[in-house]
Amino acid sequence: MSAEKGYAGLGEVAAMGETIGLNLKETELRLGLPGSDSPVKTTTSLGAKRGFSDAIDGKWVLSGNGNANQSGSDLALAKDASLFSSPSDKTNKDTLPLPQPSKPVPAPASKAQVVGWPPIRSFRKNSMATQPPQKNEADAEPKPGCLYVKVSMDGAPYLRKMDLNNYASYRDLSSALEKMFSCFTLSQCGAHGVSSRDNSSESKLRDLLHGSEYVLTYEDKDGDWMLVGDVPWEMFTDSCKRLRIMKSSEAIGLAPRAMEKCRSRN
Amino acid sequence: MAGAYPWLEEIRLKRMVVSDESLEIIAKSFKNFKVLVLSSCEGFTTEGLAAIAANCRNLRELDLRESEVEDLSGRWLSDFPDSYTSLESLNISCLGNEVNLLALERLVSRCPNLKTLRLNRAVPLDRLPNLLRGAPQLAELGTGAYTSEMRPDVFSNLAEAFAGCKQLKTLSGFWDALPSYLPAVYPICSQLTSLNLSYATVQSPDLIKLVSLCEKLQKLWVLDYIEDDGLEILAASCKDLRELRVFPSDPFGLEPNVALTEQGLVSVSEGCPKLQSVLYFCRQMSNAALNTIARNRPNMTRFRLCIIEPRSPDYLTLQPLDDGFGAIVEHCKDLRRLSLSGLLTDRVFEYIGTYGKKLEMLSVAFAGDSDLGLHHVLSGCDNLRKLEIRDCPFGDKALLANAAKLETMRSLWMSSCSVSFGACKVLGQKMPRLNVEVMDESGPPDSRPESSPVEKLYVYRTVAGPRLDMPGFVWTMDDDSALRIS
Repeated sequence: MSAEKGYAGLGEVAAMGETIGLNLKETELRLGLPGSDSPVKTTTSLGAKRGFSDAIDGKWVLSGNGNANQSGSDLALAKDASLFSSPSDKTNKDTLPLPQPSKPVPAPASKAQVVGWPPIRSFRKNSMATQPPQKNEADAEPKPGCLYVKVSMDGAPYLRKMDLNNYASYRDLSSALEKMFSCFTLSQCGAHGVSSRDNSSESKLRDLLHGSEYVLTYEDKDGDWMLVGDVPWEMFTDSCKRLRIMKSSEAIGLAPRAMEKCRSRN
Repeated sequence: MAGAYPWLEEIRLKRMVVSDESLEIIAKSFKNFKVLVLSSCEGFTTEGLAAIAANCRNLRELDLRESEVEDLSGRWLSDFPDSYTSLESLNISCLGNEVNLLALERLVSRCPNLKTLRLNRAVPLDRLPNLLRGAPQLAELGTGAYTSEMRPDVFSNLAEAFAGCKQLKTLSGFWDALPSYLPAVYPICSQLTSLNLSYATVQSPDLIKLVSLCEKLQKLWVLDYIEDDGLEILAASCKDLRELRVFPSDPFGLEPNVALTEQGLVSVSEGCPKLQSVLYFCRQMSNAALNTIARNRPNMTRFRLCIIEPRSPDYLTLQPLDDGFGAIVEHCKDLRRLSLSGLLTDRVFEYIGTYGKKLEMLSVAFAGDSDLGLHHVLSGCDNLRKLEIRDCPFGDKALLANAAKLETMRSLWMSSCSVSFGACKVLGQKMPRLNVEVMDESGPPDSRPESSPVEKLYVYRTVAGPRLDMPGFVWTMDDDSALRIS
């Protein structure tokens, strides 16, 4: 069984290999195309060297200081090093530092983010990095530090994102929404013939929201569209996946009772 | 090239740096240019694409798969003239920004032979039905972002549009997939032969519903959200399956986040008699499972297993996985491609050298004990073409003893192994028909003792001699015994 650095003379190389990555982005390896004098190769494995199949296409990630950091991953430095050791792991891990969850632990080379492992193409890594996995709520996962949900407003040209953990109550949420979407309502006001007042655009939005012009709805984790405000705040943030400021005329999917509630609120 | 082959019709490049200038030259020099495939390339922008669009009257195929394109504007698509109708295949899935959707719709609907259309993520789902209606003859589709506000009218529009594509056999894309929109493809599931859901972060139940309808499926790429349960259903539903790839949803996490184990792969190997190509990322494996898979599927030709934690032993017996992989090479007599992982000693290489007679490509990482391992492979695998090795204790002896073998191979890659600089020099001197390239960012290799190991070694045969365009950290060992440093 090979130990971590058991093979002769490799100690330095392993360290080197992990501390000094190769950033082939700077390389500009080129095949001379028409006009140039470079020799034309018959083999096709040219250009950025194929480092390891399925891996980052020969573009080895530059690792800073022995904690090999993969592009697109945010990991391991802060995590408890003791999570690494599994009962099946028999190799000598006396280089493993003791668990110190509060500060980033430079994990030993074998257990740290190894450059280029697992071998996943950079295209895939980049694509996945911008897609948080849709985790099953049933998993006992610690609550994330932030809870970003998309917020759309009917008629607005683009959506916004807000972190629900920034707010403690429906009122907080409501005023935040007013601020966020006020810029979209100016034209609405004009179209609906609301007389221009000295009020800020925010209050115009508030008027619109609290009038029966718009309804604030959210999509819960079952995929149903619900009226905001029925359940306790914590329950709401737990189940809210996205928000939609819906034109009342569009709110045909909502139960009639919900519409009643909405109107009675105003 | 433009001067020499003015009638050049096809250019296919992989992992190359391609400039806008080059694209312009291509666009203007080759009157009958038909096919441009740039796979994992980089260095060009949408301006270069505009040149291609504007000038290549006979272009049939433009495929930018996984390239990194500097996306300056989506306007380039409008540069295809209105008279241009010969497009058969378009893959823009790598582009970051929105293309001109109207131009895309018009292009798609005026090209009657368009068979392959792979959109990028920025094409919104509610524009997909129009595109599909413009090309009902499509055989391969890559969707854009597969999510939208859940609206019944959008859904039914989409489902109808899919149903109208009677030739559609291949589906991919599905970024940001919203599970409630997946049923829109149900009408065509029974005709699908290839499905790439590897960007769809949906959970097992939704995946199962979809996959179980695809009775003709031959190829499935999916994330490990499918879990063992899903793979069991796959095994029961898709008897024509030939290729399975399961990618990790959380490759850098320390704990498993899904219930996917070796069992999923065993199920598929049992239930799918035609399964011959596998790429499987998982977190545990056993010799018993590998043995079962090998006996179930002697027709396997490509087997790539990535156990995420390096040097993981058999989780049941805590032994190396030598015997399991040994069973694979022994029973799968037509195995052409193999990737190893887990805890492995020199013994697995002995098996590979003994049985892997048809093996053409082998990938090895964190494995073996000594030079003997490498020697077994180089001396035993008669058909070996490509060998890539990282972090293994293989050194000079095996390499030099099998130097002649390297001339029969396409290439050898070794990184973080124990090959010394001195040995590389010797190899370069003795084998003039090989390019022996050493990559080392810490400085010229001759600034260190000859016995010190090189970071990366790349050896390949050549009829054209050493390269002259290498960057500063690549050195060719050649027969001058002097380094040629570029």
